[in-house]
Amino acid sequence: MIALKRDRGAMVLSFVLPLAFFSIFAVIFGGEHDSTPRVTLIVVDQDKSEGSENLIRALEQDGSLWVHRSPVTKKGAPSGPQYTPATAEAAVKAGDAPVALIIPEGFGQHPIAFGRDESGSTLQLLNDQSDAIAPQIVVGLLQKAAITSMPSAMADEGMKYADKYVGGFTPAQKAKMDEDLDLLRKEEASGKIGTGSGSNSATAGIVAVNERAVVGENKKSPMISFYAAAIGVMFLMFTASGSAGALLDEAESGTLERVLSTRVTMTKLMAGKLVFNTGLAFVQLVAMFLWGWAVFKLDFFSHLPGFAVMGLCTAFAVAAFGMLLASLCHTRAQLGALSTLVILIMSSVGGSMFPRFLMPEAMQKAGLLTINAWAIDGFTKVFWRDLPVTELWPQVAVLLGVGVVLFAIARRVARRWEYA
Amino acid sequence: MTASGQKTETALEVDRLVKRFGDLTAVDGVSLTVRAGECLGLLGPNGAGKSTLIRSMVGRVIEDSGRVMVMGQAAGSTEARMALGWVPQELSIYPRISCKENLGAFGRYYGLKGQALKDAIAWCLHWAALEDKQGDVAKTLSGGMKRRLNMAAGMMHRPKVVLFDEPTVGVDPQSRNRIFEMIEALRDAGTAIVYTTHYMEEAERLCDRIAIIDHGRIIAEGTKEELVEGTFGRRSQVLARLAGDKDAIEAWAKRHGGRVTEETVEFTIEQAGEIAPLLDDATKAGLELVDVSLRRPNLESVFLHLTGRELRD
Repeated sequence: MIALKRDRGAMVLSFVLPLAFFSIFAVIFGGEHDSTPRVTLIVVDQDKSEGSENLIRALEQDGSLWVHRSPVTKKGAPSGPQYTPATAEAAVKAGDAPVALIIPEGFGQHPIAFGRDESGSTLQLLNDQSDAIAPQIVVGLLQKAAITSMPSAMADEGMKYADKYVGGFTPAQKAKMDEDLDLLRKEEASGKIGTGSGSNSATAGIVAVNERAVVGENKKSPMISFYAAAIGVMFLMFTASGSAGALLDEAESGTLERVLSTRVTMTKLMAGKLVFNTGLAFVQLVAMFLWGWAVFKLDFFSHLPGFAVMGLCTAFAVAAFGMLLASLCHTRAQLGALSTLVILIMSSVGGSMFPRFLMPEAMQKAGLLTINAWAIDGFTKVFWRDLPVTELWPQVAVLLGVGVVLFAIARRVARRWEYA
Repeated sequence: MTASGQKTETALEVDRLVKRFGDLTAVDGVSLTVRAGECLGLLGPNGAGKSTLIRSMVGRVIEDSGRVMVMGQAAGSTEARMALGWVPQELSIYPRISCKENLGAFGRYYGLKGQALKDAIAWCLHWAALEDKQGDVAKTLSGGMKRRLNMAAGMMHRPKVVLFDEPTVGVDPQSRNRIFEMIEALRDAGTAIVYTTHYMEEAERLCDRIAIIDHGRIIAEGTKEELVEGTFGRRSQVLARLAGDKDAIEAWAKRHGGRVTEETVEFTIEQAGEIAPLLDDATKAGLELVDVSLRRPNLESVFLHLTGRELRD
């Protein structure tokens, strides 16, 4: 502990570096904004009709898109002439936007077709294949915008199909339909309907939906606690293995043999180091979560009991893990290489780098073989789901059990240092 | 009871100790005893088995047969560990903490705490003459000071038996002298000491008795005078180096009762006048004399005579 306090480099690596990484992830993923980032969409309107204008306006009002009709300056202000199909394609190729929408001439006449109908217009979507998500988002929003921004066009097209399949309306019926369509078009023009409503409003559609959050209703920054735990566990592992490496330094210098010639046995020595490393790991976690509270408004103090339980169990498991790695190696260099490899693999599979729920099911199951996954699940239960401490028993049992087993193996492997 | 009034209890006893590492027999049936207030030197070249023997006494090596008793207790037992202090050949201290913190750590390893720990630290700092360096981080100390700290760390629990494994390696003459004074002070206070070295002059200065060890065996044991007289009697040693045919050199040595040892030929003579006939015969045999020396035998002579090798090989 004295050596750690005097080694400023080690102190920075143990405390400042994890906080820096956590902050980066928290800013990227944990801010108070929609979880889906906006897609930049270039739009070329070759039709310039009321219909195409309505569609574009509906897209502009959707909170998931940044719609650009012309190139923009660095500050986001439009500059220069509007995009043409050629310049839009060039812009996508240059990486200015992942998707470009070309609305062809004549779209306003026949904007919508139900099923395959040669009379309907076909919009052209130019996209960058490296972004597989952006085109899907745009296509989905296009359908939504079409339904909500052009109700008169929907009605008109619907009437035509009905006329065709019922065997033709009577002149009186056609006159009545035309009158009602005119009324609908006037209401559209006045903005009373067909606004294509705003971001994430699921009520903007033909099927009414009421959305209610049952978890995290009153929470800001949902991912802060996740990344505090995720990043924290990963760095805890690096620190624990580095700290446990002191055993290798002692073995190399002969100090270990000298210590073992005193009243201290190998079991006592390793247990003492385990206790110290557990304490160090717990302090690191406290620092991480306090930083989250101070900078990112994480609700820390109202979750103290759960944090304490999960923090201590995680710290214990991680400390034992570090001791095992150190026992398996013969030199510091070996320990550095092995710990980097193992910890990075465990952290990526276990959810320290990105959430496990984004992974395929097989990978999610594999993640359960890591300390990271159990620790993150436990902290998520405490900070996100507000579950009581008693609900942490699976995570506590696994982490404590893993810690005991890893330490036992480390002790067994360390027998090579006991006697010649 | 010795003439100085010290007790003559047996502090350390090694009885027919054997330790093998695979095909190598590092310690081959060694027996020796060390009494309280006595310093026993283990003199031998590198690889003779000195360190393995020391580590067996400490309890760090499990013997294949034989036994080691420290103050009547089996080596490796808690009682034996508390009675024994070990100063290893390597600098086994914590480089990134201060002298005082190092001593505190090792004191706690021996179970010291509170005032007893503070007193032990103070004593050790004084004994090692490191009082003015107590706050200095160990890695910043000079080589000699590090060695003294290394010694002090083995003394925190005031052991009755202390094992010094080549404690002056890499140390300047001034620091070496200081180390000698520290060891003499311990011996005079009644501590039993085992001191391993391959420097004859250290053994001659510090040790009451010397055991010469080679290839894991004690090949001679006694005071310096006993060893010399036992090997050479009242004879002197002549060492000659010659250039010429190897077979001719061997024949010449054999004619005069000498022994070829690596690059020299060793003879023992009663009187200096015996040298001239030796050299005349060498000339007649066509051998060229490179160097010849006549000396009263010392420990190095004893070692060379008994093993056929130089002590510093």
